[in-house]
Amino acid sequence: MIDTKYSLILVAVMAGVTMLVRFLPFICFPEGRKRPRVVTYLGTVLPYAVIGMLVVYCFKDVSFFRYPYCIPELLAAALVAGLHIWRRNTLLSVFGGVAFYMVLVQLVF
Amino acid sequence: MIKKTFKRAFRDSLPVLAGYLALGVGFGVLLQSKGYSFWWAILMSCTMFAGSGQYAGVDFLASGASIITTAVMTFIINARHFFYGFSLLDKYKGAGWFKPYMIFGLTDETYSIVCSAQLDDTVDHKKYYLFLTALDHSYWITGCTLGALLGGILPFSNEGIGYSMTALFIVIMVEQWLTTKEHLPVILGVCTTIVCLVIFGADLFIIPAMAFIALELVIFRKKLDKTSAREEADGGD
Repeated sequence: MIDTKYSLILVAVMAGVTMLVRFLPFICFPEGRKRPRVVTYLGTVLPYAVIGMLVVYCFKDVSFFRYPYCIPELLAAALVAGLHIWRRNTLLSVFGGVAFYMVLVQLVF
Repeated sequence: MIKKTFKRAFRDSLPVLAGYLALGVGFGVLLQSKGYSFWWAILMSCTMFAGSGQYAGVDFLASGASIITTAVMTFIINARHFFYGFSLLDKYKGAGWFKPYMIFGLTDETYSIVCSAQLDDTVDHKKYYLFLTALDHSYWITGCTLGALLGGILPFSNEGIGYSMTALFIVIMVEQWLTTKEHLPVILGVCTTIVCLVIFGADLFIIPAMAFIALELVIFRKKLDKTSAREEADGGD
């Protein structure tokens, strides 16, 4: 049976830690206070580095060494990138890539 | 203006809609399979609003993990969010009473869209960020709750639909690549994360990757930091 009190405490801990991580930069560098220039600098370059990190993060649980060797993921990624370079339409690129990926994992691989 | 702002936020949030519904349903199904009712899915999606964090949370709950373990693991899993605020210190400045909510709702997807959205003066920027956060949050709550209610009974196979998150990040990366000249930050991000993933493994790589990315960006600051050189010439901030 579910221990309601224990579960509630655990959910509160997880919610609290998640919030803390997200609030930390805003707590460290509050509005109106001068902040080190390196922080401002990091703020301008991090979005680019982070998106690279996130793309790799999405691939963390797929294996290159077991069937299907990440092939559906890479094929779909190539299609997404190709569609986007061609039309520059976010919705088309995302949904085109997803539809293709779903066909691949459900019907082909 | 409000109407236009909302429309724009809604349009930009559509890729997230599909992904959050799919990932949310997956979470709800998993949670109810451990004996938790849909109320728990609502509670967790409202208060945590974290994809991988909530998936791991189901394991913690089901395995009776200790509070310390849960806190440390949640911190590791969500550590990447620590970076996000750095880019938004100015964007979210003076956002008013809803600023804490926008920070609370800083998921990977919301952050990526906030950073990449090219907004002109016909939309209210702060409201746009608020609407985007709230829309994404509502999709997530809906998905999680539906999954817990349906419990795996779906009329069609949705396998693979979660790829929309990957696709969204790839699109944003391509868009950034096409609209900027300096590609070193994204190259550092990709390469460093791959190396750390290989060395540290899928469970532990993200914090080392963040540390090395930050370090490399500081090392390459002279090359990459154009704003501060100009500011220094202007005599400070």
